[in-house]
Amino acid sequence: MSNDYDPVEVTPLHADEVAKMRDEALAAIAAAPDLDALKQVRLAHAGDRSPLALANREIGALPPAARAEAGKRVGGARGEISKALAARQAELERERDERVLVEEAVDVTLPWDRRPRGARHPLTTLQERIGDTFVAMGYEIAEGPELEGEWFNFDALNMGPDHPARGEHDTFYVESPDSGMVLRTQTSPVQIRALLSRPLPVYVVGPGKTFRTDELDATHTPVFHQVEGLAVDEGLTMAHLKGTLDRFAEVMFGEGITTRFRPHYFPFTEPSAEVDLLCFVCRGASANPGSPACRTCKSEGWIEWGGCGMVNPRVLVACGVDPERYSGFAFGMGIERTLMFRHNAEDMRDMIEGDVRFTRPFGMEV
Amino acid sequence: MKVPLSWLREYAELPPVTAQEVADRLTAAGLKLEAVESVGHDVKNVVVGRVLDFETLEGFKKPIRWCTVEVGEAEPRGIICGATNFAAGDVVPVALPGAVLPGGFEVGSRKTYGKISDGMICSARELGVGDDHDGILILPRDTPIGADVVELLGLRDDVLDLEVTTDRGYALSIRGVAREAALAYGVPFRDPADVPLPAAEGPGYPASIGDPTACDRFALRMVEGFDPAAPTPMWMRVRLARVGIRSVSLAVDVTNYVMHEMGQPLHAFDRATLTGEIVVRRARPGEKLETLDHVERALHPEDVLITDDSGPIGLAGTMGGLRTEVSGTTTDLVIEAAHFTPSGVARMSRRHQLVSDASRKFERGVDTEIQLQASARAVALLAELGGGRIHPGLTFVTVETAPTVIAMRTGHPDRVAGLTYGPEVVVRRLREVGCVVEPGEGAEGEWLKVTAPSWRPDLTDPNDLAEEVIRLEGYDRIESVLPAAPAGAGLTEAQRYRRRVGRALASAGFTEVLAYPFVSPRDWDDLQLPEGDARRRAVRLANPLSEDEPLMRTTLLPGLLKILVRNTGRGFTDVALFETGAVYRPRPDAPATAPVLRVDRGPTPEEVASIEAALPDQPLRVAAVLAGDAERPGWWGQGRRAGWADAIEAARLVAFEAGVTPEVRADEHAPWHPGRCAALYAGDVLLGHAGELHPRVVEAYGLPPRTCALELELTRLEALLAGPAQTPAVSPYPIATQDVALIVPAGTPVAEVEAALREGAGDLLEDIRLFDVYTGAQVGEGNKSLAYTLRFRAPDRTLTAEEASASRDAAVAEATRRVGAHLRT
Repeated sequence: MSNDYDPVEVTPLHADEVAKMRDEALAAIAAAPDLDALKQVRLAHAGDRSPLALANREIGALPPAARAEAGKRVGGARGEISKALAARQAELERERDERVLVEEAVDVTLPWDRRPRGARHPLTTLQERIGDTFVAMGYEIAEGPELEGEWFNFDALNMGPDHPARGEHDTFYVESPDSGMVLRTQTSPVQIRALLSRPLPVYVVGPGKTFRTDELDATHTPVFHQVEGLAVDEGLTMAHLKGTLDRFAEVMFGEGITTRFRPHYFPFTEPSAEVDLLCFVCRGASANPGSPACRTCKSEGWIEWGGCGMVNPRVLVACGVDPERYSGFAFGMGIERTLMFRHNAEDMRDMIEGDVRFTRPFGMEV
Repeated sequence: MKVPLSWLREYAELPPVTAQEVADRLTAAGLKLEAVESVGHDVKNVVVGRVLDFETLEGFKKPIRWCTVEVGEAEPRGIICGATNFAAGDVVPVALPGAVLPGGFEVGSRKTYGKISDGMICSARELGVGDDHDGILILPRDTPIGADVVELLGLRDDVLDLEVTTDRGYALSIRGVAREAALAYGVPFRDPADVPLPAAEGPGYPASIGDPTACDRFALRMVEGFDPAAPTPMWMRVRLARVGIRSVSLAVDVTNYVMHEMGQPLHAFDRATLTGEIVVRRARPGEKLETLDHVERALHPEDVLITDDSGPIGLAGTMGGLRTEVSGTTTDLVIEAAHFTPSGVARMSRRHQLVSDASRKFERGVDTEIQLQASARAVALLAELGGGRIHPGLTFVTVETAPTVIAMRTGHPDRVAGLTYGPEVVVRRLREVGCVVEPGEGAEGEWLKVTAPSWRPDLTDPNDLAEEVIRLEGYDRIESVLPAAPAGAGLTEAQRYRRRVGRALASAGFTEVLAYPFVSPRDWDDLQLPEGDARRRAVRLANPLSEDEPLMRTTLLPGLLKILVRNTGRGFTDVALFETGAVYRPRPDAPATAPVLRVDRGPTPEEVASIEAALPDQPLRVAAVLAGDAERPGWWGQGRRAGWADAIEAARLVAFEAGVTPEVRADEHAPWHPGRCAALYAGDVLLGHAGELHPRVVEAYGLPPRTCALELELTRLEALLAGPAQTPAVSPYPIATQDVALIVPAGTPVAEVEAALREGAGDLLEDIRLFDVYTGAQVGEGNKSLAYTLRFRAPDRTLTAEEASASRDAAVAEATRRVGAHLRT
């Protein structure tokens, strides 16, 4: 700041002086090699102590007539410098960014398997998927104990002590054959528990563990899983059973996959049927003579899936349900079996051995 | 049930269709095909020959016969034969050069034993008509020489193997299957039971029914002067072979043949071995019987026996006694045809673990009205084929039984099927299966009175009749209609929680397994469970698969540990596994038996409770095991071994998913390392344990060193599930952070220090985090330094430095008060 008062002449405000300061600034800006240098240039040529800033202060000392012109001259020069600074700043930043991004590049193909992956067992997630399918139809998921009273597992299901079907169940008995307790041979006792504990109408599915004294091999395991379905309401017919299983088949195996009933016998349903599934691979085509063979259904066109039928009125009576008013249907499918053909799992032993190589590919859902 | 198509066609006039087509129709009617066996179709060029003469060749390991065999050609052939059970003049089957035997085996002319053998003399097995391979098959002398053996013996056939469900005993016979086949094709059925019954003259062998609850029909007929050496004709042997019954002797073969054809089990006694009246009764104390299978059986008071004056001579409807068996010297036969109650036979068969063709039939229900016909057919065959004389007498004792009469609404089948069949179809179909259908009570046509046929004891209820109508009309007619179920409530909170636990653990790197729940008493020792540990009290199975593992698990760990060992053995050393499943915990005061309730009405709550009281507790648990690296080494640097802290963290995760922040306390609990075992609590509720396993457990199971584990009871966590989470007040004011370092005695659990800090800091504390634990000279011997960051925030204002400091000081003061902590300076 000048302390000398010179109301007439202020050298720095001469036109050529201003132009010189401007040109020096612009040259310095253009010459700044990097952002740090540019910062110094900014301080020197656009800071509070820069020549033009100092010159600007002198404008007030000019005679009023000269002020406007001098102001315009200095302002214009400072504007040009400011613009050049911004442009150079942007240019240098772009250059720096480009350089840094190149320098910071990594090999994104490096593996990152630092934490081993986990997975849920497909028999669990398949049960959940089946449960969800029926929950979407309005059903609820019912449960019952695995170690069960014989009355629940057999008698209430119309399988009295001498029933020949009872002998075919290969039952694990608890402590002694007279204990009245067994490892449940089927999920059907869940039907009884549901009817005893829930208000009518009842629409439930019960997936769970079941037990038979089979030795483990590729297609048998002493501990396996079933899903039980039960609907008891007024006016239910076999057509409703068929409609429900057709829907189930379609959700599990794809559009157009239907079921077929074959007469069969279960003590707790009458009439009873075995349920076949239209082969979802060949869609039945392989059963026609001359067609390519199908591994999934062994060229039969249909796959045996489970059992079903109309709830035997004797079962309703044993549960205190009036068979004159209510009718119902029930069905049961093997989860292992369903997994085998839905996912081409060929050996049941893989499902129980717990080898992580079997389970991991199934992830969180099947 | 094996059914040769040729046999079936004798009684059902089936159209000329393939075996597969017949099988498809039967399958649709409920007799499911398991397999069609096509037999004899490939056999050719086997003819009947007569051995004119033979010369025995010496110098070989066994005698070899060089036979001259006439086969209906101009010249006899020379054939080598290794069998010696024939004589010159015997008639035998001869496979000529170029012949094909069952299985595609081709016979040629070949040089053997120094001769050119111009064909082969066949055994029964070589022709596929039985197991007999001890010698060649000798045919009756009057068999035409040169005749084609395949045609002559009826070797060409298709055998259907049908699965017969337990309700349809009648289909365990050619008679029953033919009835279904005829119905399926709408063609006439000829009943094999439709045989002439000669008028009986006088009594037969004396017999009576001693226990009318065991037997309601008992017929005896006799054949005298029977030739015990008479051979079973080839046609019968072939048929029996086709259905899988071994040919024994003519007398036995005839009873088996008639049984298979008509479904009525028959038994032949050697009359010479019987003494006094035959009585059907239950066993008396101490009685024994040696059955045909040479097993001496101690009899149970409920066993139903055939007896004579000497004592038991047969297990009724199951197996005959050895002493009264027909033998090679039997000339007088007593043939029994009876009807025993299904439950009597079923229990006896189960008790003695003795299942026979007869017991299987009686258990499932035998026709109550064909005993006379079946025995008549049997004695006629025995007399005809065995040269005997039918004794004119007949013994037939009966207990009166009422046929089953069912009242059914005419529209019931329609209501079950969801289809309209109409009364005419219903009545016609029921009559076709053999029912007598009459108008029933009520308004005209509303009810039917249906009497089930004597061969269908399974028809007892209206739904049974509905099934007959529906299956004969075809299950393929059933429509597909989705019922409108009422809106459900979705999964329960507990069900949702279990899924969350599975997903959380899998996301944390654990792989789910499903182990068998069977364990060994040795597992309790291997787990180092102290004597008297509640987990040693386990449910024992009466019939375990393996005698080594007769117990039901009381903890999930043994199964998981064995699967961990399996995985490490297969080269997977970094393994983390989990399982969710029930354990079975007997209640100390539980009754020993669960009652079997009645089924003619619903049980009372007390009755249901009486079953529940006997059942063990079956809480759901989750357990996990981990070994090897929790984080692998790699280009990023070092790996990290899985340790006790990972196990406790996984346990915390399970609790967090229930909305529970567990309190962790040090514990000593097998099978964990006593210094590295945490118990997790929610208030006073023990949730489970986690930590590193005891080194002795690691050794006992052959686990990788420092294997870690956790086990929590989900059932307890389900009871604690927090309701809907409450939205927190998110304060917009800035945070005030304060760090403190506290020195405490080294043995002080960090959880207690933190709890004290939280308590002392008060409501302004937003978060507390331990960021360093230090031991060393600077903090003094026997001490440790804990460095915490405390974050304070107020919901309604910016905290002043004084406020934050005051809260921090209060926190430290509380820690000092509780655990003697002092600030590190």
